Amino acid sequence: MNIIVTSLFVEDQDKALAFYTETLGFEKKHDIPMGKFRWIALVSPENPEGTELLLEPNDHPASREYQQKIFAEGIPATMFGVSDIHAEYERLLDLGVQFSIEPTEMDTVTIAVFDDTCGNFIQIAQPK
Amino acid sequence: MKNDEAVFKALNDSTRRLILDEMAERHELTLYELSIRLISKHKLDMSRQAIAKHLALLDEADLVKSERKGKYRVLRYNSEPLKDLLSRWID
Repeated sequence: MNIIVTSLFVEDQDKALAFYTETLGFEKKHDIPMGKFRWIALVSPENPEGTELLLEPNDHPASREYQQKIFAEGIPATMFGVSDIHAEYERLLDLGVQFSIEPTEMDTVTIAVFDDTCGNFIQIAQPK
Repeated sequence: MKNDEAVFKALNDSTRRLILDEMAERHELTLYELSIRLISKHKLDMSRQAIAKHLALLDEADLVKSERKGKYRVLRYNSEPLKDLLSRWID
């Protein structure tokens, strides 16, 4: 069994597509109209055949409440891996990304957390 | 004067003193950041609810202030109650 896709609720699919491709650097693999919304799946350029990230419209009161409540406490919605967290932190800062946690050494990883402007905190991690 | 009891109660616990250490070191932090620092740096085996209870006692003593920052909240350390308390005994 493989993990082929993982999804993330976003407030606005267009805004999220722009942020996740232009700012974070993921690539669009699928963009298929589906009724009121679209099926938007992204991949990492480092692994185009790898796990896809689905930008899912946040169109349910329960998922909206979940998203808002974890955001209020600063809890990340998901985590991405990076090979050089300090370089990535500087690159994203230059692009105007807001960090709630600057690179911080933990036990086995160094982490940082930023606001994706679409309703989520995202954690990036570099294993030691 | 009326806050003295709350301050001593808040300080009378090693976990809460650790929370103050972390908060005094940081300008501001989210509840998530405080949790990961306590768990990862200090190896505390704690639930989010337990941390929230400790924060409530620190909040009663006015040692911690919780502020809204747009759609999220940050915690800040407030040293005033300790300054007020100690200034009566220390010049």
